[in-house]
Parts: sequence; structure tokens; C-alpha cells
Amino acid sequence: MSKGDGIYPEDLRYTKEHEWLEVRDNVATVGITQYAQAELGDIVYVELPQAGAAIVAGEPFGTVESVKAVSELFAPASGTVAEVNAALAQGPERVNKDPYGEGWMIRITMADASEADTLMTAAQYRRYVEDEAN
Amino acid sequence: METRNLRAPERLLFEISRPGRRGFEPPAMDIPEPGRYDLDPRHVRDDIEGFPELSEVDVVRHYTRLSRLNYAIDLGLYPLGSCTMKYNPKVNEKVARLAGFADAHPQLPEAMAQGCLRIMHLLEKALCAICGMDRFTLQPAAGAQGEQTAILMARAYHRDHGRARDVVLIPDSAHGTNPASAHVAGYKVEQIASNDRGCVDLGALRRRVSGDVAVLMLTNPNTLGVFEGEIEEVARALHDKGALLYMDGANLNAFVGQARPGDMGVDVHHLNLHKTFSTPHGGGGPGAGPVGVRKALEPYLPAPMVEADGDRLRLDHDRPKSIGRMRSFSGNFGMFVRAYAFMLAHGPDGLKRMSETAVLNANYIRRRLEGTYHLPYTSPTLHEVVFSDKALEPTGVRTLDVAKRLMDYGFHPPTIYFPLIVKGALMIEPTESESREELDAFCDAMLAIDAEARRDPEMVRTAPHTTPIRRLDETAAARNPVLRWTPETQG
Amino acid sequence: MSSAHRYLPQSEDERAAMLAAIGAARIEDLFASIPERLRLRRPLDVPGPLAEMDLVAWMADCASANRLPDPGAQFLGAGAYRHFAPALVDHLISRTEFYSSYTPYQPEISQGTLQAVFEYQTLIGQLTGLPVANASMYEGASTLAEAVLMAERVAPRGRVVVSDAVHPEYLQVVRTYVANMGIAVDTFGARPDGSADPLAARRALETRASALVIQHPNFLGCLEDVEGMAAAARQAGAVLMVVVTEPVSLGLLKAPGSQGAGIVLGEGQGLGVPLSYGGPFLGFLAAGDGYMRQMPGRLVGEARDVDGRRGYVLTLATREQHIRRAKATSNICTNEGLCALTAAIFMAALGKRGLMDLARQNHARAAYARERIAAAKACTLPHAAPFFNEFVVRLPIPAEQAVEALAAKGIAAGVPLARYLPERDRDLLVTVTEMNPRPAIDRLAAELGRLA
Repeated sequence: MSKGDGIYPEDLRYTKEHEWLEVRDNVATVGITQYAQAELGDIVYVELPQAGAAIVAGEPFGTVESVKAVSELFAPASGTVAEVNAALAQGPERVNKDPYGEGWMIRITMADASEADTLMTAAQYRRYVEDEAN
Repeated sequence: METRNLRAPERLLFEISRPGRRGFEPPAMDIPEPGRYDLDPRHVRDDIEGFPELSEVDVVRHYTRLSRLNYAIDLGLYPLGSCTMKYNPKVNEKVARLAGFADAHPQLPEAMAQGCLRIMHLLEKALCAICGMDRFTLQPAAGAQGEQTAILMARAYHRDHGRARDVVLIPDSAHGTNPASAHVAGYKVEQIASNDRGCVDLGALRRRVSGDVAVLMLTNPNTLGVFEGEIEEVARALHDKGALLYMDGANLNAFVGQARPGDMGVDVHHLNLHKTFSTPHGGGGPGAGPVGVRKALEPYLPAPMVEADGDRLRLDHDRPKSIGRMRSFSGNFGMFVRAYAFMLAHGPDGLKRMSETAVLNANYIRRRLEGTYHLPYTSPTLHEVVFSDKALEPTGVRTLDVAKRLMDYGFHPPTIYFPLIVKGALMIEPTESESREELDAFCDAMLAIDAEARRDPEMVRTAPHTTPIRRLDETAAARNPVLRWTPETQG
Repeated sequence: MSSAHRYLPQSEDERAAMLAAIGAARIEDLFASIPERLRLRRPLDVPGPLAEMDLVAWMADCASANRLPDPGAQFLGAGAYRHFAPALVDHLISRTEFYSSYTPYQPEISQGTLQAVFEYQTLIGQLTGLPVANASMYEGASTLAEAVLMAERVAPRGRVVVSDAVHPEYLQVVRTYVANMGIAVDTFGARPDGSADPLAARRALETRASALVIQHPNFLGCLEDVEGMAAAARQAGAVLMVVVTEPVSLGLLKAPGSQGAGIVLGEGQGLGVPLSYGGPFLGFLAAGDGYMRQMPGRLVGEARDVDGRRGYVLTLATREQHIRRAKATSNICTNEGLCALTAAIFMAALGKRGLMDLARQNHARAAYARERIAAAKACTLPHAAPFFNEFVVRLPIPAEQAVEALAAKGIAAGVPLARYLPERDRDLLVTVTEMNPRPAIDRLAAELGRLA
């Protein structure tokens, strides 16, 4: 996948820092977008918080590393960490191969589910990415 | 086929090891009945599991063959920006090994170590003269430790003057050790912007400096090889608000003998003996990072300092306002001998000629390459010049590929992807040690690679082709780190 | 302008041609970016130039101003240890491909350095009994400071507990480093036998700490109860950190990693690195796998190239300053690469048998010396704990005075403890290695016996 051929699943919400959010009941699943993983290159390590940790919207909650770079992960919404994708510890390449599926990072029990509505839609994010690329 | 002994990959010590081989005997045991003194077995290990067993011949051949897999400055140019890879004079290795120096135990009574103290005293004096500073500490073991020392002194100074400042300003073009050092000294780091000439934005600085700023860390010349022409105004802006100016002296090679940090309003600065003063890089050290101060910061210098009492030299530990110690003993003394020998060999004229030649060489490279490689900043170049891979964009060849292909031409690559303010940076610093032929050969190679990139980009993108090993899968190495040999290791 | 210098490869004509190629009239013009007011218009006030022969003579004269007693008659330790390095060590590190090469950022032309460091990391791991060792740090004291910061990153408690029998300079450096990091450094005392008190450690650990730090053998030369300390640390949820200033001791003593230490670090100078008046030395640091991503300093890892060849590369670089900048695990960049290589070659040359034999001989000589000194009756031995090759002797007169008197007879008798612990003014730290032959030891004992 290259930056150009974008994938922007319609049912997700997106942030300016290239995270995605999927809300089901009160639980949000968070990961990074296909654009982000392409920018980062081969991911070698993902540092995530523990279950139970407090998450604040807009604040960093972890890092994602390639060989030569580290990027912070910014929380799209506030809440508490309900679950962490343990498979990423041994298999960080899941984030590259399947950023919206197996590459999910954390699940948050949201403090306020309506926070999702403040994020970008797929269409808005696609425009944002295209603007950034130019 | 790779020729055994000459060009083949080398096995690990542990793979060459054979049970029962030995490479060393301790001296004859002249103590009667040594067995009487054996320690209680509960303290004693019965083996060093996995430790190799090799003959002396095994060891000598192993390391000799390994050494041949390395590039080195005695083979040719290392155009590494900000590293100042210059020639390491051989006489310096000889004098550092004089028994009087090499065998001097740091716990010797001072009366027995006057020769060592003299080297330290004279080196400090020479550095003060070269840099226009009042005192130098020789304790820091490297540039980064020097930066940390300087920031700790700045903190002590502010505290002593009743000021609690918690911010260090650092330009976005700075070397990573700058923010890292400020952070380990307990400061908050804030970036200050560069202007379109690549220098510190004076206006932005004036707007930002206020009562919470302790220090600005400025590299001069900056990491683009450009002299910070407004440095005196920068100093004034800081001093007006009670803040200090720290200069990162990694690039001192650009103006030794032409100008001095102490005259620029700099309050404290470090320099690198393993850059400007020729001590060898050793494959990653040892170095030394002396720090110079103006009088105002002298009380805070690490203890001990070398002081003269008539013609006697001593180590003065009685420094009540000192920040303390940064390391055991007095510093990387072996590097002091080498650096001072380098200074003595040059003298005042030689040192001036050194920086002139360094700057001439960098400008020569700039002139030869600027028509072909993209030059992001056109400000006058001192000792190093920064290009980018922008002109190669249509080919898909990037800075990394150019660097790897240079190895096939017999050169170590320049510094790449630094400074961060230039995308795809290629930072080139030849130093004064290079002849015109070597510079031309390097430039010819760079131009040839540009042509190759347009003609056969795939070949460049899969370089190097002729080195003992080719591109390594660094991703896999980072995903599953293997940091030591174990008996399960595969060849 | 002056004529060409031997380290500057350009003649006047070549310079002129290059200036012409650049389109500059004079060298002066290349410095036009430096404001005129800042330009130095007088020569630097430094000595020289010296031709090489004159330089060697000057340096030789300076070196001879050091009045060094015969190595056999030096009994100095306290953080730096005199051992015999076989000739092959200096021979190999004098190969220019090792000493004049750069940090191995470009692995394709640095496999010599990278493989040698990988081997060094392995050897340190084997000696200490812990799997993850870095490529070197500056020296022992700052390495302890970095290890304290690492322990706090992993388990932030804002406090470490340190034995007061750790080398005083090491403790000073830790305090300098953590001064502004919100980490308290609390010490606990030793027992009369000279070893640190595990009960005092337990009491000190009643308030949460990230690490319990001991030195083994300690500053007084005494062995510690490593397993007892490990138990105390474990119970308190702290990591046991063992400092080693005399690495040859690891040829005899159990690996601290096998006794419950979670971090082992210290001074590698004793592994063949010249004394050189205190530097360059070698900080080593080893820890369990859990510390891998928090380890400061460089790490070399195994890798495969595009043709499947095994090679080595700097890895996990995202911990370091050039990538993580302000949030790096350390600010360290240049470390002590050539000293690590020196130690690796020393370890390889001595090998398992050689290092174990050397260590045993060190202890035997020290034990013999201690026995002879005590037998001379003028001196006593204040500490009963076992030791490796260092021990404290209590003299009938102030130790500084004794040291001066013996210096006049060509003997460096030891390090007066009062230099670090002012109240112990009659105590002398004596260190004995394989470089002290029996006649020199007998003479030391005789001279100390004559003091009154």
C-alpha cells in the first residue's frame, strides 16, 4: 500500500494525528490509519498503556516506532483503557498489514461517547490527507 | 566464493572457541601455599558459562580479520557533517603511550603525578586562549556530558542568584544531544525557530525570552555550516533578561584562530577533543568534551580543578559552589595528551591555517556539487555544507540510497537525515585533512551517482554492491532483537 | 601566510587553484560571514609549532615529571586496577581500522566494530550473569547514575537506597545526576566486619524505592551478602543493583546476576584498559530482558543482509538521543568504543581459564599480603569480611603520613581512606594484584610493620 491509494473505511472516525476510532456501545477501538503506517514505514515496536490506565483526548497515550523514528499516539477520546492488543508485542507488523483490523491498538471505555462526533468523517479525513500530501 | 582469511565473513569468538585452549598464563605464583587462601566456595563461581577458550593465535587472527571489514580515516575521506573526521596524528598515539602517562594510577599522590597535572593545566590554558574563555573543566567524557555539565552549571548559577528558571530554548536544527542533555538536567525544552537563512530567528527569540528561560543552546556555526552572524545580539537579548547563552562547540573547527566564543557573548560552551583536536574516534569513543566558562560561572565548575601553587600543581577539591562530580577521577586524560600534542604540533599559525583549510575544502565541495544536488540554504558556507535529495525526486532515489552507493565508490557516506530542518539532508564536512584529489574523487563519485540515479535507479536503490556485507534488514533486527551470542545462535 | 603544515595536504599553489575554482579572491573572503568586530586579528596565545622530534622530546620530559614507583611496588586501587595486559591487546587496538574509524552508523563498512561490540556485549553478559549489556558508557560512576535513572524509568518511586560502602565518588556522581530529577538518594550503613548490613537495607526499604544499590567487592574491599541483599530487594519490590569496580573479581566471584541482581554495572578498566591517570575508562551495564528498551547507550544486534549473510547493526536506536531527543533514555552519544574493544580482546585472550586463574592469583596475593601485614603487629585489620584483592589496614600513625614516608622509599603503599572518609585517618586501603611480586609484598609488610 502506498500513501496515494487511500483506504478510508466509512464507519470510522479520524483525527488530525492520523488515528482512527470505531465506537460500539460505549467502547471505542483505536488504531492508526493506513496513511500513518505508510508514512512510518516498517513498524518495529508499539508502546501501549496498561489496562485500567486513564486516557485523555488529545494527550499522548503511547508511541509507535519504526527503525529510525518514533511517533506519539494521541488519544482521540477520553476514557479508561479496557483492552490492549497483546498481539502487537510479538507482531507489530500487523499495524502495517492490517491497520484497521488486526492492527488495532487499544479499546477505551469512553467517558463521553459523543466525543466521537467531533472527529473527522472518512470523507473529511480523505480531504485532509490529500491536502497534506500536496 | 569469498576468500577465506582475506575477505570472508568472520565467525564469532564463541564459534571459534574450543574447550581446553588457552591464550594466557598469569605470572609465576611465588606465594607459598596459595591454596590456603581459597575463598569459601559459596562466594566462588565454578565456571564462566560460554566464555571462550582460544589460543593467542586464534585471538590475533580473529581481530585482525575483523579489522579489515572496517572503513577508517586512514583509508580515505569521511565527509561526515558535524563529526570533523580529521587525520589522527600517529605521534599522538606514541606520546599517549609513554609509560609516565599510560601507567599513571589516578590515586597516585599528587607529588608523583606532576607531569599529568601539567598536561591538564596547559591544556586548560590553551583552550582558554583559543576560545576566549576564563576557565575550562576537562572532566566531561564526551560532548553530550559536556552539554549536561554546562546546563547543570547554568542551573546552579540561576539558583545562586535567587532565580528559579525552568526552560531551555533550543533551535529546531540542533543535534539530538542538546534536548536530551537539557532534559536530564531537569529542564523543560522548548524549540525556537530558525529563519530563512537557517539561523536563529532573533525576533522570535526576543519575543520568547522572559523570566522562565534559563539558557539558549546555540550551535555555532549551526548544523547547516552557517555562522550565527547575529550571535552578539542573541547574547544581548538573553542577558537583558538574565538568561545565559550556551554554545555547542561541535563545529569549532570552522573558526579556530579566526574568532573566539568568549568574544561573542557566550557564557559557557563545550567542545569535542575528538572532533576539533584530532583525537581518534575509536569506533564510538573515547572522546572528551571540555567545557569553558566566563568568570561568572566559574564557582559552579565540577570539582576537582587543577590549580597552581607556585610551580606545584594540585587538584583542588574545595569548591563549595561546584555542581559536584560528573564522573570518577579527573577526565579522559589519555585524550588530553593527544589533543595537547596536536595543539603543540600546529602552534598559533597552524591552528589558524587548519580552520582556513577546512572552510576552503567545504566551499570547494559546495561549488562542485551545487549545480547538481539541491542546496536548501544559500547562506555562506563555513566548514560544512548541507544538500538534499530534492533534485533526485523524479528518480525515486533518496538520500539513503546515495549514501549506500557512495560506499561502492570507496567513501564513507556523509551525515544523512540531519539536521531535521532539511528533508533528506546530506551534511558534508571534509575537514582540513583532505587533499584536492580526494575532494575531487568524492565530488566525482557524487556526480556519478546522480547520473546513475537517472539512468538506472534500481541499481542505486539496492546499493551497496561491493561491500563485505550488503544492506541489512534493520526492521527484523529491531522487531526481534538478538543482542548476544547464545549456543543456539545460527551462523 | 605560513607555509604548509605536515597535517595539511595542500601546497600554496593548490590552495590558490582551489580559491580560483571557487571564485574567491582570498581565504579571508571565505570568513566574510563572521562579523568584522568578532574577527581575531592577532595570533592565538598558544605555544608551538613543534616539529615531531621536538614534540616527542617535550612530551617525554613532561611524562618523566611523573615520579612513578616501580609497578610492583604500587598497591593502589580504590576504583582503578593495575593488571597486566598481554601485548596483543595494544597491538590489535592500534590497528587503524579499529581506532580511527567512526561510530558504526553505516553497518556495511563497519562490521569489524559491530561484530566486536556484539562479542563484547556477550562477554559482559556472561561475566555478570545478565542477558542485556550495552556497547559501553563513559566509566563506572556515571554508569551507576544512568542505571539509577533507568531503574526509576521502569519503576518510578522517586527514591533509591544505596549502601554507604559504594565508592564515594560514585555516590557523588549519582547525586549530581539526579539532583534535578526528583529522585531521593538514601544511604544505609555497613556492619563492623566491613560489609553492608542487609538488616539496615531492609529498614531503609520500608519506604518504597525503585532500587537497592550495593558494591561488590565494596569500597573497603569487602564482599557483600549478595543473596541476602537480593532477598531484601525482592521483598520490597525493588531491583538489586550491584556495582563492580574491579571487573577481574568476576573471574572468581559468582556472577551477581545468578545471585538475584537485576542490574550489574561498573568499571571495566581492570580488563586491560590502561590506567592513564583516570581515563579514558569503560562503563559497563548489564540487565535483565525487561530493561532492554529502557537501556541507555548503544546496542548492537544481529541482522541478515539481502543475500542472507549474518551481520551486525546498531539497533533499538529509537531509545537514543538522535531520534528521541528530549525523551531519550540518555543523552549519551560518543561512548568508550575503543575501550570496550580493549576489554573484549583482553577477555578473549585470557579466556575462561586465564581469567579464572588470574582472579584466583589476585586473591591469593592479597590474602598473603594481608596476613604478612597483620603478622608484623604494628597494624591491625579492622574488617573481618571476606575480600577479593583489596583490604583495609589500620596503622599506628595517620595513613597520609605513612604513605608519604613509604613514597620516599619508592613504595605507593595504598590509598588513605581519609581522602574520602575524613574520620578514618589511620586507615589505608591496600590493593594487591598479579603485578605485585612476593618480594615487593614482603617489603611493604616490613615497612608497615616498622611504623610506630
